[in-house]
Amino acid sequence: MADAPATFAETIRAAAAGGRSLRIRGGGTKDFYGQALEGEILDTRSCTGIVAYDPTELVITARGGTPLAEVEAALAGKGQMLAFEPPHFGAGATLGGVVAAGLSGPRRAAAGAVRDFVLGVRLMDGRGESLSFGGQVMKNVAGYDVSRLVAGSLGTLGVILEVSLKVLPVPIAEATLRFEMPEGRALETLNQWAGRPLPISATAYADGDLSVRVSGAAAAVREACAKLGGERIDDPETGRFWTGIREHTDPFFRGGEPLWRLSVPSVAPPLALEGQGLVEWGGSLRWLKSNAEARTIRDAATRAGGHATLFRGGDKSVGVFHPLAPAIAAIHRRLKAEFDPQQIFGRGRMYADL
Amino acid sequence: MNDRAPGIDAARQAEVARRLRTRLPAEAVLFQEEDTRPYECDGLSAYRELPMVVALPANEDEVRFVLQTCNALKVQVIARGAGTGLSGGALPSGEGVLLSLAKMKRILAVDPVARVSRVQPGVRNLAISEAAQPFGLYYAPDPSSQLACTIGGNVAENAGGVHCLKYGLTVHNVLRVRGFTIDGELVEFGAEALDAPGYDLLALVTGSEGMLAVITEVTVKLLPSPEAARVILASFDDVQKAGDAVAAVIAAGIIPAGLEMMDQPATRAVEEFVQAGYDLDAKALLLCESDGTPEEVEEEIARMKDVLERAGATALRVSRNAEERHRFWAGRKAAFPAVGRISPDYYCMDGTIPRARLGEVLTFIGAMEKKYRLRCPNVFHAGDGNLHPLILFDANDPGELRRTEEFAAEVLEKCVAVGGTITGEHGVGVEKINQMCVQFTAPELERFRGVKRAFDPHGLLNPGKNIPTLHRCAEYGRMVVRGGQLPHPELPRF
Repeated sequence: MADAPATFAETIRAAAAGGRSLRIRGGGTKDFYGQALEGEILDTRSCTGIVAYDPTELVITARGGTPLAEVEAALAGKGQMLAFEPPHFGAGATLGGVVAAGLSGPRRAAAGAVRDFVLGVRLMDGRGESLSFGGQVMKNVAGYDVSRLVAGSLGTLGVILEVSLKVLPVPIAEATLRFEMPEGRALETLNQWAGRPLPISATAYADGDLSVRVSGAAAAVREACAKLGGERIDDPETGRFWTGIREHTDPFFRGGEPLWRLSVPSVAPPLALEGQGLVEWGGSLRWLKSNAEARTIRDAATRAGGHATLFRGGDKSVGVFHPLAPAIAAIHRRLKAEFDPQQIFGRGRMYADL
Repeated sequence: MNDRAPGIDAARQAEVARRLRTRLPAEAVLFQEEDTRPYECDGLSAYRELPMVVALPANEDEVRFVLQTCNALKVQVIARGAGTGLSGGALPSGEGVLLSLAKMKRILAVDPVARVSRVQPGVRNLAISEAAQPFGLYYAPDPSSQLACTIGGNVAENAGGVHCLKYGLTVHNVLRVRGFTIDGELVEFGAEALDAPGYDLLALVTGSEGMLAVITEVTVKLLPSPEAARVILASFDDVQKAGDAVAAVIAAGIIPAGLEMMDQPATRAVEEFVQAGYDLDAKALLLCESDGTPEEVEEEIARMKDVLERAGATALRVSRNAEERHRFWAGRKAAFPAVGRISPDYYCMDGTIPRARLGEVLTFIGAMEKKYRLRCPNVFHAGDGNLHPLILFDANDPGELRRTEEFAAEVLEKCVAVGGTITGEHGVGVEKINQMCVQFTAPELERFRGVKRAFDPHGLLNPGKNIPTLHRCAEYGRMVVRGGQLPHPELPRF
């Protein structure tokens, strides 16, 4: 295991010499996500194991190929968690994959995204060099914040050998409340609530039903339930419900239509697009199952001040990810060239020219 | 003209000023020494240099014009907010234009429903919370200079404050940054949504010390103001015990709204200055704050008290009202000026360490006090491991200044050695640039330079800050060697 990085370096240098491309992959649970899957697989799972975890530091450091389940079990054993609630999307998800995919779950609007919890990474770049950015401490402004840049870069900048994440205690108490209301009113209500000091940790709206999870100190949860009203759902069912939202096993996510992910300001009114929707993150995340034209969906997201991703299924030739402004796209290409000058990693996974 | 500082090329100065004045009003382009002198340093006054020209644009068009002009003439541009930074990040250059964003100080929008505020870069940190206050909202990051420091500078430095552990740093509280690259291209990083497509350039630009782009507009998140807050003032008869108490609070699953520590020399200095009512016999004081609803605060304060008592606190006081809470905090917040009163000069360090190594690092600092014959009180953002040891010295004594710099360098290198960092929130600037050679390897520094090139190919934005050249590291002589391999053996050593 100790020589996994050395093996990676050899593979990378060989690929560079032969002009071949590599696809960095852990458990392959997010193979569906992104554009083309090009190149030989560089399997990160030989680089595994928790390197350091002291609950009183609120930091865990693990190698990129460590199973997410192993990390979560270690944290749960000490009453802590990854507060961004990363989706697994199947057995075998790895921590490196979580960071590379940059996807966060139901708690994101309240707690922050993956990138908010990344404290440091050890990255192997396109030259086969092992580089360390950030660290294992909460506050660190030495140099540019490359470790957060790696979050969500879909394996296009390098192999995540090791990552340090901030962790948080599991809330003492939790409850889920359910309300019935139309979408427009649900969005207004969610934004009003978010402006008050309420411990809302997740929300999901679909088909007239609004579910709201509150988490925190026992007194805070008790009070919030009294203030919010609604119907309280039994605890075991609650866990299953939020897991279903996080893992896309909820009945909403069934069916063969293309699944779009629209990220918009929480106050954007209902987007009036053809298809079925599910709203998370207090209104900021709108899932849409729809056969509408990509351009129609992207225009609606742009008008609302956000962007749209073809998350799963559909015709990827329309571009999975929202097009970038030309000046921003140019910066992307130059950054890519600095970390991966021969364009070995994840060619075309994010954008055609990266 | 004898009011020009030596080292400034008069012909070039005249040319740059003339070109800038074709678009900016004459009073917004300064080059007489009496006008440029106030800009010679930022909050790190040990480093001073007179800028060649100072430009004070009033809007985005003028910012773009200044950048395009400087880019065409290949003149350096150093952006500056209120000049409160503590690492020399806004130190001017005699070959460059100092771009002050002080005139761009309008709050463009406060949206209480979306809980965001859109502001110009010269808006003061505290002014944002003041504008949001009528809606029951506030902007969370609260650096100690929040009365004066500007949001543009906060983004450039990824500023922190005393509530970071629970509410995050600037990077966690900014949604979108708008600005210009050196070639005058308008760029937007982030979005008013929670994420944006592509690489997370917003995170990369935050904390980039004005070296990637010039910020002209920032959209920040506003949070609901907590209904209640109380703080516990806990005394300890041993610094290590206080450090262990911090770990015990975290281990109990509590994330305090603020968790600060001061050692005895620091509490004595501030007590004399602000009369906060501190326990002067304590070897260390902890301030541990809870915020939320009144019921939540009661529950959490009870749990905190329990943990602190079991960790060996010799005395505990809980603030009974807002006035007492402010008084308990007043001492901590006045630590720097209080220390400024007991010594002609002080040098503030900013290392961050894993909390478990606190005792070891404080013992090390104690040893350095003896070695360099200088006193060093400590204040400490204990919750997130961010140390601010303050070395007391007299700048008029060249020997003391040199000893102070060596003292600080040893402490920062110790922070790196225990797995920490040379700077938690003040930035590298010019001050800690040598220690960057200790924290990062040559290939890592080269990637940083690559990031800079991706935004600023000619290296015109704030050059010479944050990221040292390989040459500089070789001169400093403390290049990191990992795994027995000296990086770039082809380079000469001096």
